[in-house]
Formats: sequence, C-alpha cells, structure tokens
Amino acid sequence: MTEVADKQTREDALQGMGCSRKRVEDARFIQGKGNYTDDVKMPGMLFADMVRSPYAHARIISINKEKALALPGVHAVLTAEDLKPLNLHWMPTLAGDVQAVLADEKVHFQYQEVAVVIADDRYIAADAIDLVEVEYEELPVLIDPFKAMEPEAPILREDLVGKMTGAHSERKHDNHIFNWQVGEKDATDRVFEQAEVTVSQDMYYHRVHPCPLETCGCVASFDKVNGHLTLYITSQAPHVVRTVVSMLSGLPESKVRVISPDIGGGFGNKVGIYPGYVTAIVASIVLGVPVKWVEDRMENISTTAFARDYHMTGEIAADKDGRIKALRVNVLADHGAFDACADPSKFPAGLLHICTGSYDIPVAHVNVDGVYTNKAPGGVAYRCSFRVTEAVYVIERTMDVLAQKLGIDKAEIRRRNFIRNDQFPYQTCLGWEIDSGDYHNALEKVLTAVDYDGLRREQEEKRARGELMGIGLVTFTEIVGAGPSRNCDILGVGMFDSAEIRIHPTGSIMARMGTITQGQGHQTTYAQIIATELGIPASEIAIQEGDTDTAPYGLGTYGSRSTPVGGAATAVAARKIKAKAQKIAAHLLEVSEDDLEWEIDRFKVKGAPGQEKTMKEIAWAAYNNVPEGMEPGLEAVDYYDPPNFTYPYGVYLCVIDIDKDTGETDIRRFYALDDCGTRINPMIIDGQIHGGLNEGFAVAMGQEMPFDEQGNLMGNTLMDYFVPTFVETPKWETDYLVTPSPHHPLGAKGVAESPHVGSIPCFTSAVVDAFSHLGVTHMNMPHTAPKLWKKVQELGV
Amino acid sequence: MAKQHVSFNLNGKSVDVLVEPRELLIHTLRENLNMTGAHIGCESSHCGVCTVDIDGQSVKSCTFLTVQAQGSEVLSVEGLATTDGLHVVQQAFVDEHGLQCGFCTPGMLLRAYRFLQENPNPTEDEIRWGMSGNLCRCTGYQNIVKAVQTAAQKLQQA
Repeated sequence: MTEVADKQTREDALQGMGCSRKRVEDARFIQGKGNYTDDVKMPGMLFADMVRSPYAHARIISINKEKALALPGVHAVLTAEDLKPLNLHWMPTLAGDVQAVLADEKVHFQYQEVAVVIADDRYIAADAIDLVEVEYEELPVLIDPFKAMEPEAPILREDLVGKMTGAHSERKHDNHIFNWQVGEKDATDRVFEQAEVTVSQDMYYHRVHPCPLETCGCVASFDKVNGHLTLYITSQAPHVVRTVVSMLSGLPESKVRVISPDIGGGFGNKVGIYPGYVTAIVASIVLGVPVKWVEDRMENISTTAFARDYHMTGEIAADKDGRIKALRVNVLADHGAFDACADPSKFPAGLLHICTGSYDIPVAHVNVDGVYTNKAPGGVAYRCSFRVTEAVYVIERTMDVLAQKLGIDKAEIRRRNFIRNDQFPYQTCLGWEIDSGDYHNALEKVLTAVDYDGLRREQEEKRARGELMGIGLVTFTEIVGAGPSRNCDILGVGMFDSAEIRIHPTGSIMARMGTITQGQGHQTTYAQIIATELGIPASEIAIQEGDTDTAPYGLGTYGSRSTPVGGAATAVAARKIKAKAQKIAAHLLEVSEDDLEWEIDRFKVKGAPGQEKTMKEIAWAAYNNVPEGMEPGLEAVDYYDPPNFTYPYGVYLCVIDIDKDTGETDIRRFYALDDCGTRINPMIIDGQIHGGLNEGFAVAMGQEMPFDEQGNLMGNTLMDYFVPTFVETPKWETDYLVTPSPHHPLGAKGVAESPHVGSIPCFTSAVVDAFSHLGVTHMNMPHTAPKLWKKVQELGV
Repeated sequence: MAKQHVSFNLNGKSVDVLVEPRELLIHTLRENLNMTGAHIGCESSHCGVCTVDIDGQSVKSCTFLTVQAQGSEVLSVEGLATTDGLHVVQQAFVDEHGLQCGFCTPGMLLRAYRFLQENPNPTEDEIRWGMSGNLCRCTGYQNIVKAVQTAAQKLQQA
C-alpha cells in the first residue's frame, strides 16, 4: 500500500469530522427501543393530571375536591392552598418574574393549572379531574397588548400591585413588565430627521408554538429513605433543572438526579420549568412513590411555551441609492400572564439587537416594551436563538420595503449594504462583533444557481397575464452559541458548556457533555470531533448526555449552542488529552516532545520513518508506563466559556405561485445556502436544514394561536394547529459555503436554527413580492389561503 | 368498569390481556405489554406516532379500542426486524437519514411497511400522499421520501 493510500485508509477508519457518518442513535429508534420519558415505568408509579381553567381571567371562589377524592384509585388532589405551606404555590421564572404553579386565588389564562390529581392510572386521573368542582367569578379579559397598556385597563397581576420596579426596568403601568432599549436613540432620531429616504413598516409576528411530537412530561421519584429525588424529564437543560429543583425544594443538588432520556423533539418547548413538573415532584415527595405527569396535545399547545407574539415596527433611514444610514425598531411584546421568557438574564428581549442583520448600519436604536395579557406564559426560542427570528424578520422585511420604495431590486439593495469581507470582524452599532462572513459571494452563488434574472423575467410575463408569482429573498445573519459568561447567564449561572473525555486502557473512549440531543445526533457528531482530534475511530467512542449524576454541568441544548459551545469544549478537552499523550509518546520513543508531529492517529518522530506511537498504544501506556512524575490515566474535562457568539448566515430564495381563485400557494422552489463554518457531518447538516425549513414553512404559512375576546384559544389541536404533512411540505434545495469561525476551536458555527430563522421572512418576502406590483409592502403571517384569497379580492387582481 | 379478556397476536405471538372496554390499544401496548415503540403524540389520530399494523391495515392505535383487536394480527415496530436482521424499510431510514429525534419513526416505519405493500412502485407524489397521515417535525420529510423510495427499490429487487 502506498503511503498516501495508507493515510487515506486510516483517515477513513476514524469516521471523523467532515464525513457523513451514519447515525449511531438510529439503531434504537428504528427498533422501538428508544427510551422517552413516557416510556419510563417504575414500581408503584402514579399518574398526575391537571384541572385547568376554562376561563382566561377569573377569580377562584371555591374548589371542592371531595368527589374526586372519593373516586377509587385517587390518591391526592393538590391546589395552591396545599402548596402554600411549602412555599411552592408560586415559582420564580427565568425572566425574573414569578409564575403560579397552581392558580392562587385567580386564574390568568385559559387552561391555567388549578389543581392536580394523582391517581393509580391515567384513566382514573382523567375521570377525577372532571370531579373536581371549581367555582369561578369571571373577570374582564385582556388579549390585546395595546389595550393592556391603556390607562383604564384592568389590572392583571394583582400580586405585583405597588411593585413598580420590575426585573429589568421601572414599570410604567400595572400591566407593563419592562422597557428595554439598546443603541443610540438621539443619534438615530437625528439621522432619520435628515434622511433622504425613510421607510416604516408595522408587522405582527404572531404567537406560535414549537409543538414537538412528544409533549412535555416527567417522572418524579423521591426516595424517602435516602432523601434522594430522581427526575426523568423532557428537558433541553437537565443541569439547570437540577439547580432550579434544588433551589425550590431545598434538597441539596447532590441529592437531585435529573435525567433527560431520549427527547422527541424540543425546538425550545422543553427549556422551561412547568407547573406539571413541580407538582409531580411535590406529589412524589408527599406520597413517597414515583409520579408521572405527561401533558396531552391540547395542554402542550395551550400552556407550555409559546413563541414570538411581537408587534414590531421596523424603520430605515437611507440615502436615495438605498444605502442605510440608520435603523429603528420598536416592539410591543406580549408575554402573557407571567413573564416566563427563556432568555439570558440580562436580555429581556433576547438577542433582538442582532437586528442590524448582515448590513453595515452606522447607528440604530431598539425599544421593547413587555406587557402582560391573559395568555399563557412562555416566550421561548422556537428553533432559534433568543428572539433572533424576530430580529431577522424585522430587518429583512424592512429591507424589502426600502427596496420597493426606491425601486431597487431586493438583491441589489442587499449588495449595497452588506458588511464586506474586509470589514470582519465587524462591530455592529448595537454591540455585537460579527466574527466572519462572506455575504456577497453567498448572494451571487444563489442568484446564479436559481437564474434570478430568468425568474424575474418569468415573473414579468406572468404579471402581464394577470398571474401571481413571487420571489422571496433573504440574506440573514444569526447570533448563536450563547454565550460568553460576561453577558450571558441563566439564573446567574454562566452560559458555558462542558465536555469530559476519558480514554480507556484499550483505547476506546467514553465522553460526556453538558448538552443534550433531541434529534440533532450528538452521539454521532461529538464522536466525530473526538475521532479527528484524537485519532480514535468514532465507532469506539461512546457519547453520554442528559444524566446529571454523570455528565459535567452544562447549560443544555437550545439556541444552536451545542456545536458552538459544547463542540468547542469537546475539542479543547480532546486537545488537553492530546497534549498529555504527546508527552507520553515522547517518553515511549525517548525523544523530546518537540521532535514529534501528529498524523491522523499517531505521533511520529519527525524525519524518522517508523518511529511512531499510535493513540491506542499511548492509551495503554497511560495506564502503565508514564513519564516520571506524571499521573497515570488519560482524561480531561473542559468548561468552555466562549469568547464570542458565532454568526452563521445564509441566503435563501423562494419562488411561489399563488392561485388567484383559491388563494392557495405553491412553493415551487426553495433554495437555501447556509454557511455554518466548519461542517462536522454534512448528512446531518442537510437533515437539520430540511427540518428547520419545514418548521419555518409551518410558521409562515399556517401556524397561529388565535384568541377570541374572551381569551379562548381557538386552535390547540392538531386539527387546527398547522403542522405540515408530507403533502404541503415543499421540496428543499440546499447549498453551502464554508467560512470558519475564527474564534471557535473547530471553526464551527452551529446550523440547526438558521433554516427556521431565515426561511420565515423569505416566505413572507415571496408572498408580498407576488403582490408588490400592486403596491403591497407587507402582509402579516400566516399566509393562509383564505387570507391570500381575501387579498386578491381586495386588490381586484 | 368490568374488565374484559382480549386475545390477539402481537408480532406473531399470542397475547391475552384484561382491559376495561374503554382502554385504547396504544395504552395496552405501552403500559400492559411493555411495547413502548409506538408513541403517543396527539390522542386524536392526527400525528400517527402510534401507528401499528392491524390485519393488513395501518391503524392509529390511539383511537382504537383494545377490545377491537380481538382475534387480530397486530404488528408493532418491535416486530419488524426478524432473525434475518432489520426490515428493508428500517435499513432505508438509517441509510437515507430519514429520522432525527426518533419519536415519529416507529409509526413512520409501520406506515411505510404497509404503504409499500399497497403500492410497491410508487411515484414521489404517491409516497407523499400515502404517508401523509404521519407527521414529522424534524426531517422536513425529504429524507423520509428518499427512504421510502430506497426501500421500494430494494423490495422490488428482492
């Protein structure tokens, strides 16, 4: 075998970074051997079910549990009164507010948790919740956040009356949560006053729900003998859950074990702590037996973790050539009844201030007011990084409006405003340092691939025939990988992440991370990173996550942070091991460390063919023949505090045809170019992009959570809430560039959320484009057939 | 509620369960028979994660009473692989990256298994319609379509 072929064989054997390694997770999933929370069964386990409010705003006059308690098989019915002595009837939220665990005197949203029933099985529990008699006195309901801020609006949060300082700012109204501003207001306003051109666009980013196919649930098991609590839970952040449970229960963290088993999709829905979890824990502690709580689909959509609900205004000041001089963004944020947004503590509007996008904007100002309404709490990042979806939506929509006003093509206006390659690292006027990008090349690659000019010609021909065809274009930049602990924490814990790698004497590896996979394939891809770093085949590397008794502390998986933070920790931990391995190799080969060079899976003495030690040989020596003074073993832990976020970007283009007679849409083409830096597993990246695009399609084209005036949620089943099937789902074309992150140890940037974040404004851009020749500048989502049909009628097309 | 004996074949083995008449098959499979491959996603027949095969038809077991299964042949994901190894559709889902979180996968596999018997040589459109009772939030379906196409080819060759 030639040397080149030998190297290739060794390289291939590793199944390291860059190869489309098949997933190791699949074997259990395709054989029905996954282990999801609802699969957990324990001896003597009881079931919890919730009594929920039919009203959006009401005073609780009385709760009568007697009939429920009389039902055979019912063990307990708990209300706020029962939790009060434990001080667990309210709990702190991630956003510095408090949230009722079980409704305390008042209900604040429809389906709010009022009482929990614990019974032998789920049938008896379901029977019993109907037997709990709750008498309510209805109160005036606030669904519209603008009305909530009117002077005479009814006060929703009586518990906060008189507390006019919130977690983030002064409160200017009893229904006001916070005001948050970033940027230079006066300087921005001055630019607007003197600008040659300004545009302003109102847009409502509607309330949606992540809706993973597995709903939220847990099994709490308290061991009365040892005072030990084990919690199986559908959590994207098991370590944070352990800390919170310890703080709430008073149990030391060492006596709380949180296990996130297999998770049936998260998408942000499984970041928060929900009343169901807390009540299951309380019930298990009180009753001394395991208690399972699993929500049904209606409970899931109605109560755990909505996303978005931002009323936004985007304004751009520009010169007549379309070069942007300033950006203004104003938001009224509907946070529902309790501020339970899942954001880093210091950012009540998440990372919304990435809203300058891919553009060189000299000055900007962002203003956000958070407001209480009679809707469920939440505000999670639905497949995105903390309000990045809203940020990308507002800038991309407003860019289109500017282009339209100036009569400049939407590709050209982006070209004129892009941050150029020579400007990276680029300091945005709102405080971020975008580390790298290649925006111009990405745009040209996409325009060429789809024959953009040809599409525009086709559109002209169709318009001449009275047909509706739209071309959407988005050039987005994300901010992911939260994040540097200097500005990112959850409940005071810095947003680092961790990896622990142990090499066994025979050279196989066990590695554990603080993140948790929910379909992203961590068991496959982390092993690929380690394989490349340490020269051990991925097939011999086992990855474990999600058990807080064994994994190092980490903040979990959301906001595309696993590769940017956990992946970096993995690389750095591997490099610590490699450094020690080099010393051992030098000792074994009786040379200086400096005389060694690394090649795929071994250290070689420079210029001395055959003088080499493979990592496996070194691993064996680490347990029996280390240099004098070195401790045996070959393992390392790294807690990686990233120096910066990462900034994946993409260029998406969508071609849509709209049927004038029905309003139905045909997404004829969707072309997505993503640059996520170094690519670890192209197969998995493509899969993540397909999935994210489809979730973006769902949000833009159909998902919504409409409320009537009484606060009734009008769509909380899969009959009403749009989850695309095979049939509606468009076909996806993917493409990529690679611009490695300069600060990430691997150059990787994260990818799974880009397609959701980037595709949503692209669908809107395409829909609006179909009507733009008729003067339409914006249409609110979701772009359903009835709404589009009405638009057609209104415009008389 | 008086319980009833129900007997059926599950993955080729006869089982006898004692259930309330109102008990749903998905709960019997998961709670009583420890077959947790089929999942619960909506309890309203929309998502298909509970799909099993009953007497040659794809059935959403979250809205199917266990007593209705009396005397039936029931196949769940646990019964797809044989001593010869994985079923062709299982291998195709792995090869084409047709799954991510895995929650919909058992139902998808069972539906693909039945669909390819109903239509052994489907077009892409036929696959999309034929599989449309099963939802997936992770994959955007594209790779599942590929997996079904791959499985169709392999089954035809076999």
